[in-house]
Amino acid sequence: MANYSLTINNRRYDVANVEPDTPILWILRDTLGLVGTKYGCGIAECGACTIHLNDSPARACSLPISAVSGMRITTIEGLSDGDVLHPLQQSWIDNDVPQCGYCQAGQIMAAAALLNRNPTPTDEEIDTAMEGNLCRCGTYHRIRQSIRDVANANRKKGGKSWPDHLTPMED
Amino acid sequence: MARPPDTDGGLTAYLDALVGEITAGRQPPATSVAKLGRRDFIKLSGLAGGGLVLGFSLKTPTARATTGKNELVFNAYLQITPAGDIVIMAPNPEIGQGVKTALPMIVAEELDVRWNDVRVMQSPIDADAFGRQFAGGSRSIPDNWQILRRAGASARAMLVAAAAARWGKSAGELETMDSRVIHRTSGQSAGYGELAEAAARQSPPDNVRLKDRKDFRLLGRRIPGVDNRAIVTGQALFGIDQSPNNLSYAVYHKCPSVGGKVVSANLDHIKTLNGIQDAFILEGNGNPGELKPGIAIVADSTWAALKARDALQVQWDTSTAAADDWDALAARAAELSSKPPQQIVTERGDVAQAVRDPSNKARESYYTHHFVAHAPMEPQNAAAWHSDGRIEIWSGTQTPGRAISAVAALLGIDSKNVHLHQLRAGGGFGRRLINDPVCEAAAIAQRIGGSVKLQWTREDDMANDFFRVGGFHAMKGAVNSAGELVAFEDHLITFSENGTDPVSGGALRPAGYPENACANSRLAHSMLPLGIQCGPWRAPGSNTTAWAQQSFLGELAAAAGRDQLEFLIETLQSITSPVPGGVDKNRAIATVKLAASRAGWGRNEGKGRGMGVAFYYSHMGHVAQVADISVDASKRLTVHKVTVAADVGPIVNLSGAEAMIQGAVVDALSTMAGQAIGFKSGVISPLNFDQYPLLRIRHTPEVEVHFIESDNEPTGLGEPGLPPLAPAVGNAIFAASGIRPRTLPLSREGYVLA
Ligand code: FES
Ligand code: FES
Repeated sequence: MANYSLTINNRRYDVANVEPDTPILWILRDTLGLVGTKYGCGIAECGACTIHLNDSPARACSLPISAVSGMRITTIEGLSDGDVLHPLQQSWIDNDVPQCGYCQAGQIMAAAALLNRNPTPTDEEIDTAMEGNLCRCGTYHRIRQSIRDVANANRKKGGKSWPDHLTPMED
Repeated sequence: MARPPDTDGGLTAYLDALVGEITAGRQPPATSVAKLGRRDFIKLSGLAGGGLVLGFSLKTPTARATTGKNELVFNAYLQITPAGDIVIMAPNPEIGQGVKTALPMIVAEELDVRWNDVRVMQSPIDADAFGRQFAGGSRSIPDNWQILRRAGASARAMLVAAAAARWGKSAGELETMDSRVIHRTSGQSAGYGELAEAAARQSPPDNVRLKDRKDFRLLGRRIPGVDNRAIVTGQALFGIDQSPNNLSYAVYHKCPSVGGKVVSANLDHIKTLNGIQDAFILEGNGNPGELKPGIAIVADSTWAALKARDALQVQWDTSTAAADDWDALAARAAELSSKPPQQIVTERGDVAQAVRDPSNKARESYYTHHFVAHAPMEPQNAAAWHSDGRIEIWSGTQTPGRAISAVAALLGIDSKNVHLHQLRAGGGFGRRLINDPVCEAAAIAQRIGGSVKLQWTREDDMANDFFRVGGFHAMKGAVNSAGELVAFEDHLITFSENGTDPVSGGALRPAGYPENACANSRLAHSMLPLGIQCGPWRAPGSNTTAWAQQSFLGELAAAAGRDQLEFLIETLQSITSPVPGGVDKNRAIATVKLAASRAGWGRNEGKGRGMGVAFYYSHMGHVAQVADISVDASKRLTVHKVTVAADVGPIVNLSGAEAMIQGAVVDALSTMAGQAIGFKSGVISPLNFDQYPLLRIRHTPEVEVHFIESDNEPTGLGEPGLPPLAPAVGNAIFAASGIRPRTLPLSREGYVLA
């Protein structure tokens, strides 16, 4: 058993008395009540548990807490800025993407990580970045369209553009 | 625990009864002037906000008469507060099929409210007060269509009557629009909120006139899902997200081969592990659809429970467990296919004679489809809190009423002491019609006398699925010298758990086509014994029958040297003696023609590229699809585009309806491309997505959707969009390459998605 201090969604959390091999997924869900990150497969195959570790996409089901200590974690709950949605979240609503909705937090987190490093991806780049996120309901058409819409808006704004709250924090 | 009485016929009877409840659709009145009994509408009082509160019955008059509970039988309500908020209850479980948005839209249309004024709430689950609530069989829309329209129209009439009284006008002079009553000539108008109190004092009308389809303002438009914002911000919407107070976490370990019992386990050791509160054996109640024997591990966290499970050592008694072996069964099926069938489902003329007739061209083919799993994205789970002889359940079940009665019987308590919170489900596809996770959670909660969240792993979910049954279609058919279909036979080698009936989803269910499209036809079964559990999977039966039969018709078209589209339309045109509730040939032909023309049928697309068409009728929906594909010599397959034409009556929510079709195409392609559940000595594999591939975004074809809207009663769209895809793709592969795939998944014949 060990204690950890985590930075999640720009907030500090102290987690006491957990096994070092506990996947961060279960810390988020069971210990901290951040249930937006979903369990789908437990073996890094479906993407339902996608979070950001220092702005890069990661599979929370396969990352022990001991490995993420000290890193900056963003979950779906931290993607919007209060009531102001991330452009992808708004685009997801505008395109009416969710069917059951279960995979969508992971999809949005994967897409947001893509736009962090490439605000104007091509369709091919979208397909590559989203390859690891499964949707059992088959919402891929609308996922692709939602990312395209934000990428096109970014193109009009002249390339790099992401919401301020996603700008990497100073250490 | 004793075997419950309704499982006397085994799992098959249990599931047939369950599916029977769902498919026993009610026939709504044909007239648009709906007659209302005074008791269909019940004004409720004492609800927060005051104003007009209207309960409305979702039961048919016959159902009400037989229940004898006239006073309290209503299933949903709408509430209009003086502040102008309009709350509409969504009565059925939301599993991704969009009913939480679509059902309230139907009320809102007739009520003439602005959609932005509407707040949707999931209604409570309460059989006495609300009647039956379930998600299955694409029944949510057709079952509720007329009743919800009447509910909206009646409330509208009461609001109009209140305004008429206030202004001294006759109701006939007044109009409604955007949540307001308007008197055009005087320019007077009032919002529904202002009129709510007075409207609540009006009597519900005896008759209401429903709108003509051409006057719909909301229905047929694209309305985003009401939970979208909560979904994209990660709110706790799903069963898996619920955390009752003082929660413990549990896993439940069952025998790898279904039906095995626990002899002993190292429970004493397990109880010493970190974070473990308790570990115990449950014997099961004899019904694999409710509680199988197993070992519960109750822990401080999900992770502690999962780790302890790795240390479990169990001695199983597998003497009564399933011992099936796919390879052995497949070999026996091949033998049965050349013998006379055991059961004739329907027969006309003489197929054998037509096939022997030297003036006809005959074909025989053998189609094999493997078992597949539901694999909903949210693995099975349930939370339960037991205290003082009462239990609360949190679940995304498709059959909440069944869950309540099953838990009551299992725990030996009255069903009024079972309270179920209906949550959104992370996909259903038929899996959550069966409430085994709910029963397990309830039994564990009762045993520990507290609250518990039961989590299945993905591996549990796959191993303990109720699979879509596999099968083998031995097809025979013939065309005459004019190239017309003269004989068609489908001898399905299927499976039986009880020796007399095919397992759930394993029977041919004739709907008039193609068996009534030629002079000689026969649909028949032979059965192999099976211990593996099977259940309803999105468009049960149809999802594989469509593939085998529509593919074989493609073979017969080729045998006749005819264009597949022309042959398909001709066979539909030839339907005689249609089956009541079955295929309507004019609606069918219209969908086929529309899909073909929009797809550009007949275009010469060059080598290695081709189109295939298929039609299927399922769950009251007529759907045709054209697939445009490329395939190369090493069987690398690309599905470029699928064009869909569907006639499911009027469209409620265009966005939701298109989503159902797009999703069904993806699901069908996903399943046909690479999914297969195998079993050896009753043990299932694979158990996770690394070897059970779901379609990925890269392989998603363009999907173009066209609806033929009509005044026919609407049907739901969860299911009918799926069956035609596989044969359309199969027919396209043949058109492109001259090779006819006869195995699902295609990967078993060496195809890969490029
Ligand atoms: S749950 Fe982590 S990738 Fe599936
Ligand atoms: S929306 Fe259901 S799994 Fe993606």
